Amino acid sequence: MTVVLETGGLGKQYGRRWALHDCTLSIPAEKVVGLVGPNGAGKTTLLHLAVGLLSPTTGTITVLGDAPASGRTQLGKIGFVAQDTPTYARLSITQHLHMGAWLNPNWDSELAAQRVDQLGLDPKQRAGSLSGGQRAQLALTLAIAKQPELLLLDEPVASLDPLARREFLQSLMEVVAEHGVSVVLSSHLVSDLERVCDYLIVLDASHVQLAGEVSELLASHHRLSGPRRDPATLPPTQHVIEQSHTDKQSTLLVRTDEPIHDPAWNVTPVTLEDLVLAYMSQSRDNQAVGRSTLGLVP
Amino acid sequence: MIRFAALQFRNQAAVAFGALAVVAIVLAVTGPHLVNLYDTTVLTCGVHHDCSAATTALTDTDGPIQVFLAFLLLAVPALIGMFWGAPLVAHEFEAGTFRLAWTQGVTRTGWLAVKLGVGALASVVVTGLLSLMVTWWSSPIDTVSANHFDPLLFGARDLTPVGYAAFAFVLGACAGLVIRRTVPAMFTALAGFVAVRYVVNSWVRPHLMAPLHRYLVINASSPLNMGETPAGFQVTATTRGVLPGDWVYSNQIVDKAGHAPTTAFLDRACPLGHASAQVNAQTCATNLAAKFHLLVTYQPASRYWDLQWYETAVFFGVAAILAGLCFLWIPRPS
Repeated sequence: MTVVLETGGLGKQYGRRWALHDCTLSIPAEKVVGLVGPNGAGKTTLLHLAVGLLSPTTGTITVLGDAPASGRTQLGKIGFVAQDTPTYARLSITQHLHMGAWLNPNWDSELAAQRVDQLGLDPKQRAGSLSGGQRAQLALTLAIAKQPELLLLDEPVASLDPLARREFLQSLMEVVAEHGVSVVLSSHLVSDLERVCDYLIVLDASHVQLAGEVSELLASHHRLSGPRRDPATLPPTQHVIEQSHTDKQSTLLVRTDEPIHDPAWNVTPVTLEDLVLAYMSQSRDNQAVGRSTLGLVP
Repeated sequence: MIRFAALQFRNQAAVAFGALAVVAIVLAVTGPHLVNLYDTTVLTCGVHHDCSAATTALTDTDGPIQVFLAFLLLAVPALIGMFWGAPLVAHEFEAGTFRLAWTQGVTRTGWLAVKLGVGALASVVVTGLLSLMVTWWSSPIDTVSANHFDPLLFGARDLTPVGYAAFAFVLGACAGLVIRRTVPAMFTALAGFVAVRYVVNSWVRPHLMAPLHRYLVINASSPLNMGETPAGFQVTATTRGVLPGDWVYSNQIVDKAGHAPTTAFLDRACPLGHASAQVNAQTCATNLAAKFHLLVTYQPASRYWDLQWYETAVFFGVAAILAGLCFLWIPRPS
């Protein structure tokens, strides 16, 4: 399995605050990776470290086998769509495509022109007068026409309306199908990623909470409901991620690689959204415990 | 990258060259008249013995344009620093487009080098053309009227404006890179430019070349001023120079050992009697002449071009150092 992005103990500190802490990841090639987490979780920091817009405080990061932004070749192999899809407001679409052609070694002018045409954009229009969805499509076009091996997108759909969101993700999927590029896509909404991702990373409170193939994650997590029961009595192969109890009933979200035989449980599959929320609330609980032991929370 | 930098820069360049064209037209229309006036009045004034009238008439011609041009050459490098230099990088930070630019297939240092290079070249060309036009237009007036070392002229003719412009542009760009906000960077560039111009004017230019010294004999016609000053009774010389075009740093009355006359000596040698000021001055000069002479410290007019080159080089040198600091400052992927 080839790895497109690998980090070891990666951390970025701003003043006394860690935007990303002790992040160890290995992202396999030819996947569409969803990077999920609430705002401020460290998604942008991680992606900026991956393209060399930031340099790490601690740890290591390699992207496509090299340090980020280590040279023209490495920069040319990565397509990056930054948050809010920045473009030059006063330059036209054609001028943006010229920029791409002038600055990138593997630029595919035909592909770029074709995409602009398909999107129904006027090439003479200035980027400043495009709608949010059109600007995101322009930014995606610039990133794709580089013919990158890896495409990194930072909250590309966050500011788009539902229709533009769907269109954007659809065109992204077409690109993946056609060019077989690896993609890392961040969002604070799982619903955006559910249909497109086959690999998931949950980032919360500047830590990686969960990482893995979507199919494996869904297969190994189960929601159990049944008569009230102390989670400590579960078999050791079952790890409780989330639990809620009423007087009579317990509902648990457990992770296990083995089948669940206990007939007392009613076993239902989990959705990706359930999973992400469960891991995020788990990290919140851990934080709260940490704070209360420090005496910060009464 | 050069083509892209030129593309980003073309609106600003168009404004500058448009303004330059307007100035060129004004100067082309009014300039030949000045040359004609010089040829017909000043060149021939010796015959009619009315030279002072002729030169006054010439130097008073097109007064508003002269004032405007003096202001223009003071202002243009500062404007270049503010409106070309400061936004160069700061605007990329403000608009977030640095995230687009720095993730294209071009290194950050390459990106900065080309942006600085294209802008600095445009600054040099625009200011160079402006200085050329103004120097040509003013040449009849400059010939008769002023000392070329006059601070207002020295920095507004020939080469020096080109050095100022290159420096101001790089200063603005560096301010923008460090501050990351356009408007504060503009004012930082303005303040920095004015400060450096002032320092060079006052303290650096006089030391670019060691001045020459010349001893002049004091005689009855030496123009001396006498009077009480806070430091006591003083006699000063007002000789304008050795030659009209020289840049005189100082005129001192000294003896062979280089000492100035003592106040006691001056009290005796230069009595402030009831005679007229002119007679007093002559008496004073005659008494001083036995022991003292005038020491003139000056730059000869022939060094004008050397000093122009040196000062321009100083500004280009400072611009190069600043550019180097920009490359050290730009955030580098590790």
